[in-house]
Amino acid sequence: MSNEYILQIKNLDVQYYTDAGIVFANNKINLELKAGERLGLVGESGSGKSTLALAILGMIKPPGGIAGGEILLDGRDITKLTEEETRQVRGREISMIPQGAMNSLNPVMRVKDQIIDSMIDHELGLGKAEMKEIVRDALEAVELDRNVGDMYPHELSGGMKQRACIAIAIAMKPKVIIADEPTSALDVVTQRQVMQTIRRIQEEMGAAVILIGHDMGLMAQFVDRLAVMYAGQMAEVAGKQQAFRSPMHPYTQMLIESLPKLATKGVFQGIPGITPLLRDLPPGCVFSPRCPQAFGPCRETTPKFLEHRPNQWVACHLYENENESEKARA
Amino acid sequence: MSELLLDLKNVTKQFKGGTVALDNISFSIDADNPSIIAVAGESGSGKTTLGMMVLGFLSATTGSVLYRGKDLTKMSGQENTDFRKEVQAVFQDPFAVYNPFYKVDHIMEVPIAKFKMASNKKDARAMMEQALISVGLRPEETLGRFPHQMSGGQRQRMALARALLLRPKLLIADEPVSMVDASLRATILEALDKLNKEFGITVLYITHDLTTAYHVSDYILVLYRGSIMEAGDVESIIRNPQHPYTQLLIGSIPWPDLDRVWGEDIAIIDIEEDTSLESKVGCKFAGRCPQVMDKCKVSPPPLYWPDDNNRVASCYLFEDKEILPGNDVGTLFQSKKVAAAR
Repeated sequence: MSNEYILQIKNLDVQYYTDAGIVFANNKINLELKAGERLGLVGESGSGKSTLALAILGMIKPPGGIAGGEILLDGRDITKLTEEETRQVRGREISMIPQGAMNSLNPVMRVKDQIIDSMIDHELGLGKAEMKEIVRDALEAVELDRNVGDMYPHELSGGMKQRACIAIAIAMKPKVIIADEPTSALDVVTQRQVMQTIRRIQEEMGAAVILIGHDMGLMAQFVDRLAVMYAGQMAEVAGKQQAFRSPMHPYTQMLIESLPKLATKGVFQGIPGITPLLRDLPPGCVFSPRCPQAFGPCRETTPKFLEHRPNQWVACHLYENENESEKARA
Repeated sequence: MSELLLDLKNVTKQFKGGTVALDNISFSIDADNPSIIAVAGESGSGKTTLGMMVLGFLSATTGSVLYRGKDLTKMSGQENTDFRKEVQAVFQDPFAVYNPFYKVDHIMEVPIAKFKMASNKKDARAMMEQALISVGLRPEETLGRFPHQMSGGQRQRMALARALLLRPKLLIADEPVSMVDASLRATILEALDKLNKEFGITVLYITHDLTTAYHVSDYILVLYRGSIMEAGDVESIIRNPQHPYTQLLIGSIPWPDLDRVWGEDIAIIDIEEDTSLESKVGCKFAGRCPQVMDKCKVSPPPLYWPDDNNRVASCYLFEDKEILPGNDVGTLFQSKKVAAAR
C-alpha cells in the first residue's frame, strides 16, 4: 500500500506566527501522489498552494512552521528530518522548477555550472567526466543545444532560461518535481513547447509532477488529477475528467463555470466575494460566506474531507448527509 | 463621414539603440461606433508601446497619432486637458497603481478635484459611489479602506471605476486581468463590457491572452514585432485564423476544454527560428513561418483581404486577393459591412 504512493501528505498543518496572529496557511491537508502521476494544484493567490510546495521541499522558514501532520516520501516522514538530511532529499528526490525563470538563475554563472552546482553540494562523489555527461544529458533532455551550457543567463531567451531551470531540476532524476507556474512569464507558443518538454521528460523518468498554478486551461491540457485549494484547505481532489465534467465542491463548480470557453462568448461568470484572511477564518466551512449553496451546518462546523465518489475527495456538507442517507439505505 | 475618435497614421516608433517597437501602423476608430478592440501579441510585439503612444506618453518617431482630429503632440492647453479627461487608462498591476499610505478614495478624489467635477463633498461622494456601483463594487465595502485591504480584483475594478468617473470616450486597458486570479477575471471583463455597452466607451484592450480577447472584444489587431499580422472581426480571426502566425498563436492556447487536445486542432509546425532572417526587409515572421516563401524574405507583405470583408492579413499566401488600400486598417474597424455581418 505504501509503495503505491510516492508522496503522501497527511493532516498537514502549516502556520505562520505573526504579530497580527497565527496565519493558518495550510489546514489539515491530505494529498497523495502516485509515481509518474501529473497532479494539478490550483487555488487563488493566498490559498496556500505555494506554502504546500515549500512544505514538501522542507523550506518553511520562521516565522512559519509545520504545526502538525506528516509528509511521507516513499513512506519516510520528511518533516522529521534534520536540515542536513532535508538538503539531501531536496534536489535529488524532490526538485522544483521555479516560477520566474528570469530571476532564478545566477547571472554570473554559466548554465553548466549551475546544473552541476547541486550535485557538488550533494557530494555524490562524481568525477568531472561523469558530471560533464550529466550536463550534456540534461541539456539534451530539455532540447537545448550543448553549447548553451557555456553561456550565461543573459544570453538566453525567456523560453531557454525556463528550459535551463528544468535542466537543473531534472539533472539528478528526482522522483517528484514541483513546478510552480513554470510558464506564467512565457507567451502561449513558448508555453506549449516548454510544457511538452516537461511532460516528455517526466514520462521518460517516471517522475511525478505537481503543477501549481491558476491557469485552468493549462491544467486541462496537462494533468491527470486536480487538487483545488481554498483558504488553506483542500476543497476537492479528483481525476481531471471528474473535476472538469462533474465537480462536486461549489467552489470547484464556480471555478469551472467561470472559465472562458469558445462556445460562450460574452458570458462572464465570476465568483463573487473575496477570499478570507488566513489569520481570520470564518467559522464552519471557510467557503461558506461566498457559497450560494451554503446552509445550516456550513456556518458552524468544518466539513470533513471525504471520498464522496470513487477517487473524488470533497470537503463539503452538501454530500455528508447524502452519504449518511446512503448508509442508512444500505 | 463620421468623426474619428482615434487615428493612427503610419506610426513608427524606434527606441534609442535601434529597436523598432512599432513599424508603420495605421488604424482608426470611429467615434460613433464604440467597440472593444483587442491588441494582441506576445512580449516584444509592441502592444504596450502602442498603448503608451495613444495615451500620449510616448511620441511617434514618424507618423502621427490623432485624437478627434488633433495631433497629440500639437494640442493646446485646453485641448490637452480635455484629452486627459476623455482618454483614460487601466494598467496591468493592481498593486502598483495605489499609494499604500492613502485610502483608496484618493484615486477618485484627485480627478474629481482636478477636473472640478463636483461643487461640494456630497456631490463628489455621490459620483464616486455611482461609479463603484457601475463596476459591481459596494461603496460601503470599498470607500474608506486602504489598498491592502482589497483583493487584486477589487482594486482593478476600482481603477475602472476611477476611469468611468470621468466619462471617458476612450479607455486603454493594458493587460488588466493578467495579474488577477482566474476566478476574479470574469468580474473585470464583465465591467469592461459594461463600460462599453452602457456608457459607450471605446476600449483598447491590450493583452497577450487570446481567450479573454475573444470573449470581451469585437475586433482584434494581432501584432508581431511591431507589425500587424492580422486584424478584423474577432469571431472570424479566433475561430478561423488565416495568417500562419495567428494560427500558431491560437493553436497554442491551452483551452480549459477536455475535448480539445492542445495544439492538435490546427496543424502546428514548430520550427527553429531562422535568426539569419531577422532582417528589416522582409516579413517579420518569415524566420518562424512554416509556409515561408522566397519573396517573404525580400519585402514585407501588404495587408490582403484573405476571404471576406471581415479581416485582413499581412501574408503573401493571399497574394491573389485584393490589397487593403494604404495599409490602413482603419477602414476595417468601422466597416459597416463588418457590422452587418455580425
